[in-house]
Parts: sequence; structure tokens; C-alpha cells
Amino acid sequence: MKSIEKLMRKFEPDHDGKWAKMHPVWDGFYTILFTPPLTTQKGAHIRDGVDLKRTMMMVIVALIPCLLFGMYNTGHWHYVATGDAPAYGAYFDMFGAKLWFGILKVLPIVIVSYGVGLGVEFFFAVKDQHSVAEGFLVSGMLIPLIVPADVPLWMLAVAVIFAVVIGKEVFGGTGMNIVNVALTARAFLFFGYPTKMSGNDVWMSGIANVENRPDGVSGATALGDLANTVSLSSENRTAKESILSLKEKITDMPDLASMFQTKIEGLEKVIAENEAVISQKVAAVPSMMDSLMGMIPGSIGETSVIAIGLGALILLGTGIGSWRLMFSFLLGGLVMAFTLNATAINPFMGLDPIHQLVLGGFAFGAVFMITDPVTAAQTNTGKYIYGFLAGLFAILVRVLNPAFPEGVMMAILFFNILAPLIDHYVIQANVKRRLKRLKTKTA
Amino acid sequence: MSKTVKIRKGLDIKLKGEAEKVINAIDLTNNFAIKPTDFHGVMPKMVVKPGDKVSAGDVIFFNKYQEEIKFCSPVSGEISEIVRGAKRRILEVRITADTELKYTSLGAKDPNSMSSDDVKSHLLSSGLWPFVKMRPLDVIANPNDQPKAIFVSAFDSSPLAPDYDFILHGEKENFQTGLDVIKHLTSGKVHLTLNNSASPDEVFKSATGVQINHINGMHPAGNVGTQIHHIDPINKGEIVWTLNAIDVAIIGKVFKTGRFDMTRVIAIAGSEVKAPKYYKTIIGAQVSPFLKNNLETGDVRVISGNVLTGDKIEEDGKLGFYSNQITVIPEGNNPRFSFTEGWMEPGFKKFSVSRSYFSWLMPNKKHVIDTNSNGEERAFVVTGEMEKVFPFDIYPMHLTKACMYNDLDEMENLGIYEVAPEDFALCEFVCTSKINVQSVIREGLDEVQREIM
Repeated sequence: MKSIEKLMRKFEPDHDGKWAKMHPVWDGFYTILFTPPLTTQKGAHIRDGVDLKRTMMMVIVALIPCLLFGMYNTGHWHYVATGDAPAYGAYFDMFGAKLWFGILKVLPIVIVSYGVGLGVEFFFAVKDQHSVAEGFLVSGMLIPLIVPADVPLWMLAVAVIFAVVIGKEVFGGTGMNIVNVALTARAFLFFGYPTKMSGNDVWMSGIANVENRPDGVSGATALGDLANTVSLSSENRTAKESILSLKEKITDMPDLASMFQTKIEGLEKVIAENEAVISQKVAAVPSMMDSLMGMIPGSIGETSVIAIGLGALILLGTGIGSWRLMFSFLLGGLVMAFTLNATAINPFMGLDPIHQLVLGGFAFGAVFMITDPVTAAQTNTGKYIYGFLAGLFAILVRVLNPAFPEGVMMAILFFNILAPLIDHYVIQANVKRRLKRLKTKTA
Repeated sequence: MSKTVKIRKGLDIKLKGEAEKVINAIDLTNNFAIKPTDFHGVMPKMVVKPGDKVSAGDVIFFNKYQEEIKFCSPVSGEISEIVRGAKRRILEVRITADTELKYTSLGAKDPNSMSSDDVKSHLLSSGLWPFVKMRPLDVIANPNDQPKAIFVSAFDSSPLAPDYDFILHGEKENFQTGLDVIKHLTSGKVHLTLNNSASPDEVFKSATGVQINHINGMHPAGNVGTQIHHIDPINKGEIVWTLNAIDVAIIGKVFKTGRFDMTRVIAIAGSEVKAPKYYKTIIGAQVSPFLKNNLETGDVRVISGNVLTGDKIEEDGKLGFYSNQITVIPEGNNPRFSFTEGWMEPGFKKFSVSRSYFSWLMPNKKHVIDTNSNGEERAFVVTGEMEKVFPFDIYPMHLTKACMYNDLDEMENLGIYEVAPEDFALCEFVCTSKINVQSVIREGLDEVQREIM
């Protein structure tokens, strides 16, 4: 260790030398290898063993199951798209090939995400002469896990730069940002390149280049399929209403009965066709078990509830993730899913509430996104309110909006912005308690 | 109307090197010092100059801003040196003690037959007043204030703290006299708060003329700030005075004997002390006799006080005015390779409140913790960790931030009047971002003193 220390010290730039400005960069690397010999000077003479590096590292460890599973799943759906493997049933056939494809596909995304993001971080560290903060260690791993595997690397790089600069550095860097950095990158991709980031061509790696898709493989995610049924269902509802009014007209005007009758028949045909499509789409929704295991198409790391659950265990076990946030987010999602289920008018609303939470990015959001301590509410009471409302809105946006098939990202970003407001009211309650104590005393 | 409080938040840091319950006598050196830096906010105005002869109890300096508060010599001898630091700030007044101590006669007094004003002026003139501190601000009390209550904690819950039951055992009369003295200082109650999770000594249980309360829980249960908050919280405009139980006994002894006898029993503790024990000493004494041939090899830090709130002193430094213990822990001034003993290690030896190191599997292990900060300072990132060790109905992180940006209204709203830096010691310990919370709070309190009080 001494020799490595010596070697590192050899490269340490002088504080007033030619490379003095690069000191934060050297410092960044040095502190990765060594805990610096900083001792306490003021206040408590001993300090807890944990620091921001350790905290961030534990989150990365918690993300590893998602990453590994995501790699394999990417490979699996690639071979499904090309027709070389069945979608369901034989998940672990062609294990080596699928894993290898996944690694080749996902690793560059991880490298670009870290490389570009840390590059920006180091740039700002040198520019402002402060030490490199650890925040991006986690963001850099989260971003690859919430994008589709076929995301072009240059788009990813642009999104990462946007997220780090506009999402974080303009506010003062790690700890000061208002919205979650990884979700900012995701939102940038989503709104900046909508055609590349949604639809039926991105969720299975390489499917855009497949001319004749295998039977039953549309390329859509379960949520995409379900979102489609919403418009078809509402079309059917209008059609049924017109049939009713046409039937009334037949009794009113028997002369024109044959004309109305043909119209009715036409509408009935449309309804039947729509119903067929709807039931086909609903049938295409993967089973609860498959969704739980994560053997479904989707963003790289978001699919497997089991892998995410492992991460959750690590975060909760080490005490780094807030159980208050995770729990209340899940609760909020469940409440909304049950409410929608009870008032269902289409298959998306009618989806089993548990199944609703298992699909899409909800589980990933609950464990890794909502728990970001910087952007979440900071008070314990605030955390319950924040998590619950964000969960509620995640499912609400997902099911009831016509434009996007997923609502977790939107809901969390929205509540990132509301978190300080929630905290404000929680703290005001505390202030009022204190003032009241004074009043009862003087009264 | 005794109260029993149970607190659920807090943290007991289990450290190696607890003092064995034996009182050793040892020959002190003749080097003593009074350190004006022990008294926050006091601007010393010297009465003596080097070469002057003083008796124990003679005034050394007084507070320039409050001349009636006097600071006296704990021993008789000759003023040898006045040590000054940056901007000629006085750091130490050194006294070379006589072999036989001579005391200025103060006259034995019976507090029960004295009027309140007499008690107050006697405390002031005899140099005992600095033992009385006030909340808010956590500075020496202003004798012109009318405190609504006085709080005395009967135990110290901080890591490796001396056992008050042991130290004060047999000092019943002195302690009771001390309580009788401070009873005169308030029209309200004197609260004596006992540790409910152990069986307190007879000294405390039989105390009369005070309200005896009980508190249960982990550190900072023994902090008087915690007790005030749960028993009779300070509102804006109210003032509470506080005293350390051992100092109460010292006050009682001075009243009874009429001599400025600053003898106290302190604990020498910490992982680097070979034989941690209790010793009899005098306030301001040089600590080297206790540490000589009694330390493990290697760089050490000597602390006058406990590891959370004490002051760093040299190995031949002097005992602080308020300190009841000397703690010696290893210095952590060497770089550590992150994979073997840094942030990447599994961490069976590293103590942390978060369970991110495996040491949480051994909750009863006694740790050796050095002075390394275990990381660099960062902006606040992690939330909720301070709340776990802060048993107040106050948001610690928000109050800290308010102090950082000097927003007096917000400090006031968030409860600055109820806290002292020592209440934030555990917050500082657990802070992942390594913020020096205690100094931030101290600066906030200074700002409050300048602007409001």
C-alpha cells in the first residue's frame, strides 16, 4: 500500500505549480484509493465510519442484480425479436449467447454514461476548484438501467450532459439538485427523441432491423399494449352508444329502417374487430409470474421485481434507503391501482392491482428513484406524504393519460419539485407547536 | 411532581478503555493553568501579571463585559506566564504552584441561613459563578437574569464518561449544601434528573429541596439539554441555568469549608490508556502525570473532556475548567488504502450507525475509534440520520442549515433557544457529509447573542 501511496503522491500537483488547477482531479483519484489523512479538528473527535463514498457504493452494490439481470434480459429479447428463441417458456435456453449479446449491448451504455457524466463532474470540479462529489457514482449506474437497450450512444451522452449540467451543476452540484439526475436524463431522452424512445421499435434490442417479426411479437411492452386498448375501448363505447340511438331511430322512423340497420351492422363489425384486437393485446400481457421474474421487454434494469427486491433488501438492510419512502410509494401505488380497478372501464384500468405495480418501472422507481435523499422530502413526516402522493400519481398518470404508457418518471419528477413544499408545511407544523407552547404558557 | 421521561432516540457509542472504578492518588506537577478559552464568550481582563504571588481563590482575571464574574486561581503560587495566541488572545494563564497550598479565606457559610442576594454575591466574589451556565446560548450565566428553573443532571451518558455515582459517593453533605446554594438562585424549581436505567447513588436519591426526575434512554439522555427539553422546555424569552452535579458538590464544599478547594476526581479513559482509572486532581492541573508510562505507543490525541465535546490538549496540557475526564484515543493521521481499511472494506472493525459496515453484526463490541474523519466534507446528502440520534422535537438538519445561512428568524422558529452545541455532538458524529455541526450551532448561537439577546 505504501508503494501505491508513494506513486500517487508522485503525481500530486503542487498547489502553486503549473498543474495546480488540476488538483481536484488528482484528489478525486487519490480519495478513491485512500481515505485521506484528515483528522477531526473541531467538535466531536471521533466520526462515524460511513462517508458519502461508502453510501454511494452500497447503492451501486444494490443495483448489481438489476444490471446483471438486465444484461441477460436484453440478450433474451434480442433473440426473441430475431425469431431464434421463443418469447416465453424457454427463458434460459441459449444462455451463453443471450448473456454475451447483453453484455456487448449494455456495457457500452454503462461506459458512456459513467465516462461522460464523470467527465462533466471533473470539468466542474476543476472549473470551480472544489472536490469531486460522489453523487454521479449512483446516477451513472441508474441511467443505463432506465433506458432501452437500443438507445443510440450519442443520444445517451447528450442526455447525460444535460442532466448533470442543467439538473445538478447549475444548482451547485451534489446535494443541491432539485430533480433527480438520472430521471432528468431519462426525461430528456423521452421528450427530446420521442420516436426513438417509445413505440414498438425500441424495447427489444435489434427489433427495428427485423423485417418480418415473429408471430405474436409486436415489439411493444405490456404497458404499451395496454395503453392501446384504452383508445379502442373508448371507441367501442361510443360505437355502442350510437347503436342504441340508431335503434331508437328505427322505431321512430320505420321507413328508413334498412338504412339504419346497415349502419348498425357496420358499427357492430367495428366493435367486434376492436374487441378482437383488445383481447389479443390483453392476451399479450405477460403473466404475473413472468413480470415478477422480469422476463419481459422493457428498459434494461427495470423489469425484474426479484432483482430489484434484492437491491431493496441491501438498501434497507444497510439502512441507506429510506423504508418510509419505499413503503409509502408502494402504498400510494396500490391505493390508486385498487381505485382504478374498482372503477374500471377498460382493460388497463381493470388490470389486477398487484400486476399493475409489477409491470413497468414502478418497482424500480420505488426502490431506487423515490429514495434519492436529495430530491425527496427531508423530514420523516414529509417522506410519508411525498412517497404516498408520488405513488398515487405514478399509477394515475400511467393509466389515465393518453400520451405516455408509463407515469413513474413523470410522477417522481413532479414530486421532486413539490418535496420542498411538503417539507415546508411539515416544518411549519413544528414551528406552530413551539409557538403554541409559548402561548399556553403565557395565557 | 417528579417526571419520568423515556427517550427512544440516541446512540451509545461503545468505546474501549472505560475507567476502572478505583481512585488513584498521584503526585501532581506544580504546573497549573486557567484557560480563558474554556469560557466561551468571556473576554478576560487580567488582574495579575507574571511574577505575582497568588493564593488559591485569588482573582486571576474577570470578564471585561461583565466585571462581576471573576475567575480565580485554583492553587497558590506564582503566575509564571501568560500565553497568548493569534491577535494576542489569551490562551492560558500559567501558575507555578506552591508545595503547600495556601487558601484565601472565604469564610464557611451556611446557605440555609443566607438571603438569595448574599448567596449570589458570595458565588460571584468567590469565583464559583463560572460553574453556573445558562440556556439559551450555553455560556456562563448572567447574574442579572431571572432563571425560570435550574437543571442538574445526575449522570453523564457520553462515551467513556465518568460515573457520577462513583465520584460523588460519600460527598452527600457537599452535594446537598451545593443544592441548597443553587436553590437560592431561582424562584422556580431546581431539577435533578437521575438515570433511570441504572440505580443511582444515595447522594442523588436522598437529595432534598429539589424536584427529582428520571430519564431513560441512550446518550444524550444525560445531557442537560435533553432533560430540559422533555421536562420544562425553554420558550423564547425564558432562561434556564444549568450546573454539572460534580460542580454542585464543589460549590457545596467551598461553602462548607470556606476554602477555594478545586479538587476533583477525574476519569482517565480511552483505548490508548494502559490502565484507565480515576484520579484525584485539581482543576487546571497538568495532565502529564496521569499519562506518563500509561499510554500505548503511537500518535495519540489527548482530550480534556469526552470524545464528543472535549477539547484537544497536548500530552503535557492542562485539565479544562469543566472537565471531569481525560480521554486518550489514537490519532488517525495516516492515509488508509480504501480496499483494506477504507470505504471499500467489509468493515468488521469499523463502527458506523448505518449498517453499511459489517460491524453492525457485533452490537456489543467495544470499538477503538481514532480521530480520522473517515471521509471528506461534502454538502448534505443523506437525510434522516441526525433525527435518529437527536431526541428533541426539533429538526436538526434544518436548524443547522439555518445557522449556516444566518437566518435568525428561522433559527428562532426552529428552536435555537433550546439547544447547545453539545446536544448536536451525536449529529456531528453520524453526519455522512462530515459537517462540523457543533461549530455551526455555536456560530448560530453567537449570532443570536449578538443580534437578539
